[in-house]
Amino acid sequence: MFKSSLSGKPLLQLISEDEVKRIHVASMKLLEEIGVIIHNERALKLLDASGIDVDFKQKLARIPQHIVKEALVKAPSTIRLYSRDGKHDRLLDGNKVTYNPGSAAMFFLDHKTGERRRPVTKDLIDLVRLTDSLENVQAQSTALVISDVPQEIADRCRLPIVLKNSSKPIVTGAFSIDGLYDMRRMLQIVAGGEKELARKPMAIFDTCPSAPLKWSEITCQNLIDCAKSHIPAEIIPMPQLGATGPVTLAGSLVQHNAEFLSGLVMAELTNPGAPVIYGGSPTTLDMRYGTARLGAIETMMLDCSYAQIGKFYGLPTHAYLGLSDTKVVDAQAGFESGIAVVLGALAGINVISGPGMLNFENCQSLEKLVIDDAICGMALRLAEGVKVDDATLAIDLIRKVGPGGAYLAEKHTLDWFRKEQLLPSELVDRVEWKAWKAAGSKNITQRARESVEKSLREHHPEPLPSDVEKDLDGLVKSILEKHK
Amino acid sequence: MKEALTERLMDAVVSYEVEDAVRAAKEALEAGVDPVGAIENGLARGLRIVGDKFGAGEVFLPELMIAVEAMKQAMAVLEPAIAGRAIKQKPKGKVLIGTMEGDIHDIGKSIVSAMLTVAGFEVIDLGVDVPVEKFIAKAREVQPDFIGLSSLMTTTMLGMENVVKALAKEDLRKKVKVIIGGAPTSSEWAEQIGADGHAGDAMEAVEVTERLLRTREDSP
Repeated sequence: MFKSSLSGKPLLQLISEDEVKRIHVASMKLLEEIGVIIHNERALKLLDASGIDVDFKQKLARIPQHIVKEALVKAPSTIRLYSRDGKHDRLLDGNKVTYNPGSAAMFFLDHKTGERRRPVTKDLIDLVRLTDSLENVQAQSTALVISDVPQEIADRCRLPIVLKNSSKPIVTGAFSIDGLYDMRRMLQIVAGGEKELARKPMAIFDTCPSAPLKWSEITCQNLIDCAKSHIPAEIIPMPQLGATGPVTLAGSLVQHNAEFLSGLVMAELTNPGAPVIYGGSPTTLDMRYGTARLGAIETMMLDCSYAQIGKFYGLPTHAYLGLSDTKVVDAQAGFESGIAVVLGALAGINVISGPGMLNFENCQSLEKLVIDDAICGMALRLAEGVKVDDATLAIDLIRKVGPGGAYLAEKHTLDWFRKEQLLPSELVDRVEWKAWKAAGSKNITQRARESVEKSLREHHPEPLPSDVEKDLDGLVKSILEKHK
Repeated sequence: MKEALTERLMDAVVSYEVEDAVRAAKEALEAGVDPVGAIENGLARGLRIVGDKFGAGEVFLPELMIAVEAMKQAMAVLEPAIAGRAIKQKPKGKVLIGTMEGDIHDIGKSIVSAMLTVAGFEVIDLGVDVPVEKFIAKAREVQPDFIGLSSLMTTTMLGMENVVKALAKEDLRKKVKVIIGGAPTSSEWAEQIGADGHAGDAMEAVEVTERLLRTREDSP
């Protein structure tokens, strides 16, 4: 039915193939019969011109099934995300996973003072440089909403900081219509032009419908503008189970999928072949406190399930996983993020945003970011699975060593241990008791703090070429002047 | 008979039966039950029971929201019959609430509305995507004690400052306490824009409103 370039099924499947199809059929019917509200005149006109039933007064579009199917065929099944040095490109394809920090935190947990406060430019520079140094968090994000710039342009002020301090690809987003235009210009400067950026996208933009079944003017326009410029857009439905989506996982999946498909249709009608990622940020509403929770197991289950639907459509997938609802870097941060990061890898989700994030998605912590990097390493190793062939079965070796022998000094061990064993950094405690005591009896948060400080001291990201940096600075200056 | 109907109103709220509440309200009017008594001894009593259970962690938000809905719908039946007669148990205060212009997020604000209703406040909910002018016009009309501003987006959060400024311009600022809430907001932001309070969640929204109510009553 749809193209599929997927190399094999993901290791984790929470719903059966029949169930995926059942949800797909239900979403298609929902779009056709109930429709979506779109608070964007241009989008409504675009849909209307394509033969979709649009009620302009209610801003409601009912999308027929054949149009959704056409859009599904047009969207590319793989996306290559380019890095500015060419060394950190990421292919969003099959079950390959790319982790990046959770984005747009309003707060920062200061690793020096332990205080939660509004972040400033320097904090984002530190976060980006630290991420640049990490092995398993392979992409960047505009992770902090910095407070020392005019707030109406806080969205676009983040991107140049990332571009200047790291060569890794970026997951970002705009908070306004103009924001995206300014950010697109920044990316074009670094890519070397408009066509170059369209050909080699370096950044993904998040666009979030408002559950249930609604698109706001800004996010809808962002989606259309991304499609126009051939910039990959992550469509991120955010049903809150029991509040803005049915409390049942299956019901929220139907709605989530319908919202995604409505965005996909807008993108593909704008520009056939526009790169779109099947994303999401569902949350569970805590029925005691009325809080939206990301560390909840149902949230993670919904992520893994909609990713199965995305894979059924043959599209790259995304999820917010690796975030914790706790306020400090503690055991809850570890287990919530750990479970989520591992599930995401097993589900083969291509872009996983979350590392570093605490307190729902409201506070970034550098200590948590380095701990999450270690978790991501374990998850990536897990996703590689168990390799079984003549060499790994090692029958000849077992015969050779024989009963009572030892393997440590064997060439087979030397040849294979780096491939088979993940060697985590010193952050992860693996030493003997006495050695741990001698090193100051530190817990992981303390070791993480030291690791953060060491990386910030010693890691030097590849700078932008000076002429590019000059152009970028010039643009930022003109934007700031406009918004004085 | 009349007492039984008042009981039924209470039961309907306590057992989360919206239709029963409406039906009982209609029957109560037909039977000549005093509507003021029906509200105070029936609906409001039921809602207090549910509120207490919520506080004790026995029931959760879905129960609370439906109980409030049952009360609201039954009130809509009873209120016309009151026609200007004073209710003995006046609401603690009047709260005008809404989500900022450009923001169509409803749920957080609706939970706060329900919790304030349970706590005994009269809540006028303007819905979502509310322009500053609408807040001001309605404030002039209903003379609220509080205005609650909700926002889930950093961009729409900026509009909160305009409400505070507009209230000052309209000479309403002294009469109305402004409380803000929503994911991107903070106490610092409330302070910065000159709002009177900030609530991190619905429970705190009730606490802040009650606290501001007390300071208001304390002041001459």
